[in-house]
Amino acid sequence: MAQAPVLPPGFELPLEPRLPRIGSIDAVALEERAASLAKRSIKRDAKVFALELAIRTIDLTTLEGADTPGKVAAMCSKAVRPDPTDPSIPSCAAICVYPNLVPTARERLQGTGVRVAAVASGFPSGQYPTPIKVADVRSAVELGADEIDMVIDRGAFLSGRYAKVYDEVVRVKESCGESAHLKVILETGELGTYDNVRRATLLAIAGGADFVKTSTGKIPSAATLPVALCMLEAVRDVYAETGRRVGFKAAGGIRQAKQAVQHLVLVHETLGPEWLTPELYRLGASSLVNDILMQLRKEKTGAYQSPDYFTLD
Amino acid sequence: MAELDRAAGSPAAPGDWTYAPAPESRDIVHLRERYGLFIGGRWVEPSETYATISPSSEEPLAVVGQASPADVERAVAAARAAFADGWSSLPGSERAKYLFRIARILQERAREFAVLESMNGGKPIKESRDVDLPLAAAHFFYYAGWADKLEYAFPNRTPKPVGVAGQIIPWNFPLLMLAWKVAPALACGNTVVLKPAETTPLTALLFCDVLRQAELPAGVVNIVTGDGSTGAAIVDNPDVDKIAFTGSTEVGKAIQRRLAGSGKKLTLELGGKAANIVFDDCALDQAVEGIVNGIYFNQGHVCCAGSRLFAQESIYEPLVDKLKMRLETLRVGDPLDKNTDVGAINSAMQLDKIRELVESGREEGADIYQPPCRLPEKGYWFAPTVFTNVAQSYRIAQEEIFGPVLSVLTFRTPEEALEKANNTPYGLSAGVWTEKGSRILWMAQRLRAGVVWANTYNRFDPTSPFGGYKESGFGREGGLHGLEPYLRFDE
Repeated sequence: MAQAPVLPPGFELPLEPRLPRIGSIDAVALEERAASLAKRSIKRDAKVFALELAIRTIDLTTLEGADTPGKVAAMCSKAVRPDPTDPSIPSCAAICVYPNLVPTARERLQGTGVRVAAVASGFPSGQYPTPIKVADVRSAVELGADEIDMVIDRGAFLSGRYAKVYDEVVRVKESCGESAHLKVILETGELGTYDNVRRATLLAIAGGADFVKTSTGKIPSAATLPVALCMLEAVRDVYAETGRRVGFKAAGGIRQAKQAVQHLVLVHETLGPEWLTPELYRLGASSLVNDILMQLRKEKTGAYQSPDYFTLD
Repeated sequence: MAELDRAAGSPAAPGDWTYAPAPESRDIVHLRERYGLFIGGRWVEPSETYATISPSSEEPLAVVGQASPADVERAVAAARAAFADGWSSLPGSERAKYLFRIARILQERAREFAVLESMNGGKPIKESRDVDLPLAAAHFFYYAGWADKLEYAFPNRTPKPVGVAGQIIPWNFPLLMLAWKVAPALACGNTVVLKPAETTPLTALLFCDVLRQAELPAGVVNIVTGDGSTGAAIVDNPDVDKIAFTGSTEVGKAIQRRLAGSGKKLTLELGGKAANIVFDDCALDQAVEGIVNGIYFNQGHVCCAGSRLFAQESIYEPLVDKLKMRLETLRVGDPLDKNTDVGAINSAMQLDKIRELVESGREEGADIYQPPCRLPEKGYWFAPTVFTNVAQSYRIAQEEIFGPVLSVLTFRTPEEALEKANNTPYGLSAGVWTEKGSRILWMAQRLRAGVVWANTYNRFDPTSPFGGYKESGFGREGGLHGLEPYLRFDE
């Protein structure tokens, strides 16, 4: 058999019959579709369902230099019982903190079912040597994190060194071991185009991500609806091709209950009801919970209440 | 602790998230029991009447007039009088004031019109609210701008109004088609006798109230309701100077035959069987959205609907898989529910026609797919339908179905796509889906269709001319081109 001619890198032959494997995104149409889904009118029972689901999927987050054990402990209580006056309100899915605060969170959440997620791998920039990122992740796991939120190296991605991005995801996944779930943050606001968002999503999934996540929350442009839709469609394509279910986490800029409902509609109508579970869907947020609680109270009592009736943390 | 565990414990099974009904209130619409004919600025009692219904519930909404040839004659006389009595000689800037006023009133009363449009026509409220009404107002705004600039639109010629325009419009976009017809006619200084479609007269009748609010001089716009015989009376009336018709090719041909030798100006906007051509390098998920928008928008009651999907064979499978998956999320039901994507079929007659053609598709051997969806018991409904394995010779690939039915065909090369797309008696519109700019231009130059959309579909704008090739009609509506049918130039 004749030897196939050697092709320059980047020119691999598409041997899969199904084209296109990466494909492209039409920005105008993507944004239009996201905007039309955002117009869904979610009322009464459907709204209560969505709001409770939103709480169940929240990764309650604090990622500040000023975080202290005290602050994190308070947030843990909030995550377990978002509304102390209403025990029917479910707990959040997880809390998300820097590695140093994992032990505090671990201790406070013991036996509650609320998981501990740590950002690691040189969060938020990812501009560190790979061994340091891997060590960062390993230490977070050792400290007791159930979930790792890593960042991809956007510098490598934007300069076309996709292999480096991929390799790091693979290495980090290995460091997570059997127990820890891996969420890969793309920081979509820095990727520039939806084509890049799709490519990075597929790259992260190929590298072993359990979840793909939009943003760090550290830059203004974060989990917009079109970005979320773009990533959800990539997740859907992976499921259709391989049967593998990858989770999705929208994080950054989601502050109002209404936005949370819009994000849930997006998942519902893109991936279906199967994805409407904390196992496969998360909302990363720090200030969203109380707005949801206010909306829920309004649905139950018919009246809005002052923010003073909801505990800050 | 037990309680904490319950609260935090393993999440409930992924839920069936059923959206609660979110109906737009009908309270904003105040229908009268009976409507007469709007002639010479007054309501005239018709000799005969019929009931107009809601196609989604079959409930009668109001009784409207069936205009006789004598009624039409009165309407034409009123239009003629208004034309002679000052409208045609009014300065363009004055005519523009009325058009701007109408546009603004339409915007102010948009919700009322949108709700009524969905009640009488069966289209989803999100479409009447987000498409029909904004576009109708935009057409009046746009042509208001032309009214005092006609000499600049046609330099070195002397544009003059034609006279009395007889306008016959269809039931798929009742108010929008009225706007397409009335706005340029008035901007050019003509007066109008307009007949809305038999099944959807109500927004046109409500529009008379807008004319009153805008204080448009009596007789400038006259609205006569009725069936095809009323339309025929308009076409045959010797004092009508121009006919503008939008509707079926069959009726369009009949009108053209009747007008032969009469000297009346004519524009026809007729049927279509548009090709939506999807190349393998397109943005696939967005193309799927475009295909859905192309054929299920307004239940497929769109003359430019993308009813023939040409899929390049190399992406045929993923494309059809995605399309079917997407169809499952389409929400069919109450047109007034804000979450409805596909509403009711406009009439029992149209439903019969769709059923008949779909049956022919089955018999000829195409594979049918319809997503599981529960259709309401009352009213006229048809589930979104995709036919695969369709041959170019099948009736469902040749004839206009005018319903939510898509025929999928395949091609291998751009040349083949072009050949098959042009292989139809129609030529109203086409869609091209590819990320390659040069291919878009290559296709657009060669497609024999009045409108070619690239990486989008069913997008309308008052500044853009719209109209067909071949059996899809002639003349253009919209844009600068849309002025010409309403003007004469005797140098």
